[in-house]
Amino acid sequence: MREAWLPLAVLLALGLAPLAGFGGAYETTLMARAMILGMAAVALSFLVGGAGLVSLGHAASIGVGAYAVAILDAHGVTEAALVLPAAVGAATLFALATGAIAVRTTGVHFIMITLAFGQMAFFTASSLAAYGGDDGYTLFSRTEAFGTRLLEDRLAFHYICLGALALSWALSAMLLASRFGRVLRAVRENPQRVEAVGLAPYPFRLVAYGIAGGIGGLAGFLLANATEFVSPATLSWQRSGELLFMVILGGVGRLWGAILGALVFVMLETWLAEQMQHWKLVFGPMLVLAVLFLRGGLAGLVTPRHG
Amino acid sequence: MIGIGRRGILAGTTGLLAAPAIAHAQPAGGVKIGLVAVQTGPQAALGTQLRDGFMQGLRHLEGRLGGLTTEVVHIDDELRPEVALTRVRAALERDRVDFVVGVVFSNILAAILRPVTESNTFLISTNAGPSTFAGRGCNPFFFTTSYNNDQVHAVMGQVAQDNGHRRVFLMTPNYQAGRDAMAGFKSRFRGEVVDEIYVPLTQLDFSAELARIAATRPDAIFTFMPGGLGVNLVRQYRQAGLAHIPFLSTFTVDEATLPAQGAAAEGFFSAASWAPNMDNAQNQRFVRDFEAQHNYVPATYAAQAYDGAMLLDSAIRRVGGNLRDKDALRAAIRAADFRSVRGPFRFGANHYPVQDFWLLRVARRPDGRFQTETVRRVFENDVDPWAAECRMR
Amino acid sequence: MTTQLLLVQALNGLQLGILLFLVAAGLTLVFGVMDFINLAHGVQYMLGAYLGAAFAAATGSFWLGLLLALPAALTVGLVLELLVFRHLYARDHLSQVLATFGVILFLNEAVKVVWGAAPLQVAIPPQLEGGIEIMPGLQYPLYRVAVLVAGVATALGLWWLVERTRAGMLVRAGATNAPMVSALGVDITRLFTLVFAFGAMLAGFAGVLAGPIFSVEPGMGDNVLILAFVVIVIGGIGSIRGAFVAALLVGLVDTLGKSLMPDLMRLFLDASAARQAGAALASMLVYVAMAAILAFRPAGLFPVRAG
Repeated sequence: MREAWLPLAVLLALGLAPLAGFGGAYETTLMARAMILGMAAVALSFLVGGAGLVSLGHAASIGVGAYAVAILDAHGVTEAALVLPAAVGAATLFALATGAIAVRTTGVHFIMITLAFGQMAFFTASSLAAYGGDDGYTLFSRTEAFGTRLLEDRLAFHYICLGALALSWALSAMLLASRFGRVLRAVRENPQRVEAVGLAPYPFRLVAYGIAGGIGGLAGFLLANATEFVSPATLSWQRSGELLFMVILGGVGRLWGAILGALVFVMLETWLAEQMQHWKLVFGPMLVLAVLFLRGGLAGLVTPRHG
Repeated sequence: MIGIGRRGILAGTTGLLAAPAIAHAQPAGGVKIGLVAVQTGPQAALGTQLRDGFMQGLRHLEGRLGGLTTEVVHIDDELRPEVALTRVRAALERDRVDFVVGVVFSNILAAILRPVTESNTFLISTNAGPSTFAGRGCNPFFFTTSYNNDQVHAVMGQVAQDNGHRRVFLMTPNYQAGRDAMAGFKSRFRGEVVDEIYVPLTQLDFSAELARIAATRPDAIFTFMPGGLGVNLVRQYRQAGLAHIPFLSTFTVDEATLPAQGAAAEGFFSAASWAPNMDNAQNQRFVRDFEAQHNYVPATYAAQAYDGAMLLDSAIRRVGGNLRDKDALRAAIRAADFRSVRGPFRFGANHYPVQDFWLLRVARRPDGRFQTETVRRVFENDVDPWAAECRMR
Repeated sequence: MTTQLLLVQALNGLQLGILLFLVAAGLTLVFGVMDFINLAHGVQYMLGAYLGAAFAAATGSFWLGLLLALPAALTVGLVLELLVFRHLYARDHLSQVLATFGVILFLNEAVKVVWGAAPLQVAIPPQLEGGIEIMPGLQYPLYRVAVLVAGVATALGLWWLVERTRAGMLVRAGATNAPMVSALGVDITRLFTLVFAFGAMLAGFAGVLAGPIFSVEPGMGDNVLILAFVVIVIGGIGSIRGAFVAALLVGLVDTLGKSLMPDLMRLFLDASAARQAGAALASMLVYVAMAAILAFRPAGLFPVRAG
């Protein structure tokens, strides 16, 4: 874990930022977005790097979590004790239900099936006329924490997101380091050998998929509160693609690479967009160059190269 | 290992984290306007009209609203609510705009209304006028210089009724304004609605719907297809040989789409509270200078945005440049003490205008360009149907 | 739903399918022969449309535009291959995904810079204006018939090339077992470049044809790309025949679904909600179909890979 000094430093910096003058509405909005996406990216990295499951439908778990918040809000339910478990639970159920089918496949077919389920979730969200449909849904207020309007406090919300990010990373890391994680990695490398040992790969992959979904649901809960607006775009395949790119950019070999990837992606995107109107002209080639020269991604910069 | 050193990456990252803290300085004694208009995608022409109309107003006012130097932050909403929301919030939080003006489409307006008004910033819509905010949802920080969508469509319903059409075919896009259009038309039309079809906002090909129209043979069709939708529909309608069926429309054949529709739209009907050929002094000056500057004919999107600039000018002048007293500013905006390109202008109790509405027809100008021209007045000093439900004082 | 309407929609579906086939053909070959996931294939389609529109506007003739756009699209494809893609063949799929995504960002933005963000209007060539009467009282646009004819002709040409020429045989061999082909002394790099360039040109051709029908705007290739991936997965990666069948299937399912579903929903819901729900379900149909086909034939309809 010595190599993890960089992401730990980054988390520390995020924690100190509001106290160092970056506490304004705009800055905290930006950091919240980076942390929420980072959380989702870590979960995806757990799937991709740990279990070898490249999902192109991860945005759907975020979307399910966000829509849970929106739907409950529309019916007047805003108490965190109800909304949070609902969001995480719904996302986990969605992941388990779709994973039950998806996880039977591998390689390109898995990618396409997860894409298919993601699209189905997207179109379902678009058809929910009662909750805005394509136009999206504006929340009446943020989720209440035990009757208080804690989440509306900028600073409090910032630290809640930071805590959630740290928790997601810690959870994923612990799982990977455990026996469960070892079996998962073995399945990624050589499923037949795992079967020969007497273990079935299927349940392990399904559980991993479900857990990643749950973390996605948590990210969705926070995202809905951050923007106070939920729309089908949250579930689009473009968003799933962006999450995957954050994981790849950060480096698939390390879980925390995803955090770096998400941060750099969001910051670069915002900063470049402020500098020039056609920032994608620079961002695109930067990604290409990163792939060509940064083997191992951003994480590969600070960790020793593995052969 | 690699050319880019670790330190370089860390330094860069820190720099990136520091960048957002650079707040934009407010021009001393100036005013900042966040102008929201769609600049990307099939409906970009409408957003361009809106933007050019507002900037023309600013030009006539020599770059000052109410005497204050004006800075305009242009926001492209890309016709996507989530993009609009992010950018408008950045304009509010980072750029600290004093007013948010614009918005072509109602769904974008709906997404940004609460964040803007909840930050005690005035939102002046210069086009979108959904019923959602005209009645119970009326808002002290929200004004519109355009109309309530229902009214314009009601004009066509009245016209269909007056012309004696018995069986009418209805077709609109599937979003709030489209639904409002159907409701508005039906509020005045007493005949038979042969069919009502909602098409996706991104529809490009109407062959299925046109086949249906041909099959049902109605007395007239009523449609609301803004921007690119209208261009495709009108062309395909003419190509399918259906032009003998009267084409009653709103926002489908207007100066934004006529350049692309050309002769295909000639003789088709439309309804609005303004047309380029209105002969009051303000309008003549506006149209003449706008065409000289931009080399195309302005549509309602531009005219209403121009009025928006004039409205803000009058309001800011009335409060002597003090933008902080929101209540005084609100009263000043309500007073609407300016001459609109439509003639006299006043707000109703729900901050939507009370105005006349006209039946228009597409005609070819002597210089070869197309525009809509007034045929007759249909409603006088019309109040929108939702105003009574507004509980604002 | 009258027979007239059904016929019109079926023809529209076939026409969409043909365009999808032209895009998918190049994609499946590149993936099959070179094992290269090229997300930037969608922008090849977009570039074809833009180049066709630009040359048509410059020369005043759609046909000249088409004639000039094809080699231009080919050149752009070759330049991209040389600059970026060639360095990615040996890399893992995830790196290819990230790099080609960067290319998409760059080209979508570049197109905005050169031609603006508003869509371009491309006029139907005068020779193909108007309609032909396919049934009494029903006109079908002549241009769309022409697209169908052009697409089928290309498909036949492609079939002949792949099945009856030596180069085609090498491509088929490469799709089945690329290392073996190389071991047999064939210049694999030249083969790769040929396959890539040809695929790029096909996608560009589809773009030029699509110009007068669809909107020529930045990002127009993104949704076509997703559908093309669905097509090649259903058809079987590396199989042209599979791409043809799958493309027509996807085109028909998508178009017919979108026109029939809302009517089906009108039995249960009001007009506006029916339209929304119908459109959502219709969009999902393609993915449901894909998932169903993969459940029975995981390698697609016409699998190519040996073993």
